[in-house]
Amino acid sequence: MTELTKLSLADARKGLKDKSFSALELTEAYIGAIDAANDKLNAYVATTPDQARDMAKASDAKLAKGEAGLLEGIPLGVKDLFATKGVHTQAASHILDGFKPEYESTVTANLWRDGAVMLGKLNMDEFAMGSSNETSYYGSVINPFRAEGSNANLVPGGSSGGSASAVAAWLCAGATATDTGGSIRQPAAFTGTVGIKPTYGRCSRWGTVAFASSLDQAGPIARTVEDAALMLQSMSGFDVKDLTSVDLAVPDFAAAVERGVKGLTIGVPREYRMDGMPSEIEALWNQGLEWLKAEGATVKDISLPHTKYALPAYYIVAPAEASSNLARYDGVKYGLRVSGKDITDLYELTRAAGFGREVKRRIMIGTYVLSAGYFDAYYVKAQKVRTLIKKDFEDAFNAGVDAVLTPATPSAAFAIGDEALAADPVAMYLNDVFTVTVNMAGLPGIAVPAGKDGKGLPLGLQLIGKPFDEETLFAAARVIEKSTGTDFSPTRWW
Amino acid sequence: MSVDATTVKRIGRLARIRIEEEEVAGYQNELNAILGFVEQLGEVNVDGVEPMTSVTPMQLRRRDDVVTDGGYPERIVKNAPLTEDNFFMVPKVVE
Repeated sequence: MTELTKLSLADARKGLKDKSFSALELTEAYIGAIDAANDKLNAYVATTPDQARDMAKASDAKLAKGEAGLLEGIPLGVKDLFATKGVHTQAASHILDGFKPEYESTVTANLWRDGAVMLGKLNMDEFAMGSSNETSYYGSVINPFRAEGSNANLVPGGSSGGSASAVAAWLCAGATATDTGGSIRQPAAFTGTVGIKPTYGRCSRWGTVAFASSLDQAGPIARTVEDAALMLQSMSGFDVKDLTSVDLAVPDFAAAVERGVKGLTIGVPREYRMDGMPSEIEALWNQGLEWLKAEGATVKDISLPHTKYALPAYYIVAPAEASSNLARYDGVKYGLRVSGKDITDLYELTRAAGFGREVKRRIMIGTYVLSAGYFDAYYVKAQKVRTLIKKDFEDAFNAGVDAVLTPATPSAAFAIGDEALAADPVAMYLNDVFTVTVNMAGLPGIAVPAGKDGKGLPLGLQLIGKPFDEETLFAAARVIEKSTGTDFSPTRWW
Repeated sequence: MSVDATTVKRIGRLARIRIEEEEVAGYQNELNAILGFVEQLGEVNVDGVEPMTSVTPMQLRRRDDVVTDGGYPERIVKNAPLTEDNFFMVPKVVE
């Protein structure tokens, strides 16, 4: 029955509905696949097979009665950032050692309401801070893709590296993920999967461990555009418990997938043609534009003049918000505690032992830019630049652009333990150069696999949409997905 | 702007993260690399630009000032490393 894991989420739904197999059989296939692969890929930090079987049996009962929900019986993985009641929730950090929340995040509660089955919790960069999934307390996640003729392990991207690796390696039918500067779209691009960060406010942030609250959004990573649409449908929706959740009806995303791009205007921002961009990334981008044109879209050159300032502004805003959000980890309320001679000593020793280096570095940058005398020069200035970045996009949309096409990442997946990247934090941050503008402006962005580099590694394109117009992104991404004619399955070595 | 060793230690104290003496130089280099990178924002003219306070144009919702949740202290302290009678236990704060 292992082939059941190869089905797309949409095909698995059909199979369950037709009674070709049961939810329990499907779940057992995934549990077996995880057992066989997780030692090699390190995608899951905790598995919940008993809970999964119970949920699958409940789904089979509902399917038998014809009361199936949108994702009835579909086995999913959950990023370790989402609170799951009674189950390991640590944001892949040591400081949340042993934490099992007494509550369920809104996003995962929505998925279980619709009948999805939880397989376990997925590895990630600690507190979602990273672009390679190497900052996890639980160790690096391995990308199921390897360069042709090579046995070297590659990173799956980050921070949702466990989600991307598990989806690509058939260890779940789809996964929840989160994106603060590119953490859904960059790992999706590195693993030949589809990832969408919806508009800020579309998914509730309640019960999701906070990194940078004005930028964080949940979204799915899935194997096809249609699968991503089905998952986002379930994850989205208004929630009174999140003050920035938007009270808007959730459209039928799956219905938009085959809508096509006829008559749409696709913007091409000249500022994304960076110096030193690899020729294969540029060629892929041009190919994507040709595919969209062939299906009836018009391509228009646009300018987003403040693009180059998005990443530096992000590295003020995100650490500032993180330093504030992560103040709650103090060794008193939950997680790790290292005793000291007094309360300050307890705080300092607990946080020194509990946080990894990247997290400490970002808390310190954030503390510095918010400290007396520097607040205006750094934080207020960055928030003004953010206003300008958002206005760049508004000007483009007001000039008739329906969506913007860009590369998703500046390169394909790179090696684990890359020394040049480890030595220079800014070089690692540049991975998010194409994705971070979207978070700064609160817009929806989707990464879709579009081609492969010279070594057979997947490359992705990104589409950026108007606020709350994820439907256009699904439609345009589907055109690219259909046009590639490429198989984005990794060759199994694990 | 760049930070010196004294500032690194001061930030560590403000952030309540113990920085050992042998870690100071490493943090100083990393923080200065990041501060050097963000320096380029100085090129941007932001005269008359409002700082962003909300990425989506929205008013924060209001609600009646009433209790909507609670009454389960044992669940609140369930994950705490040290508790007594549903209180969080900490080292002596007031002499």
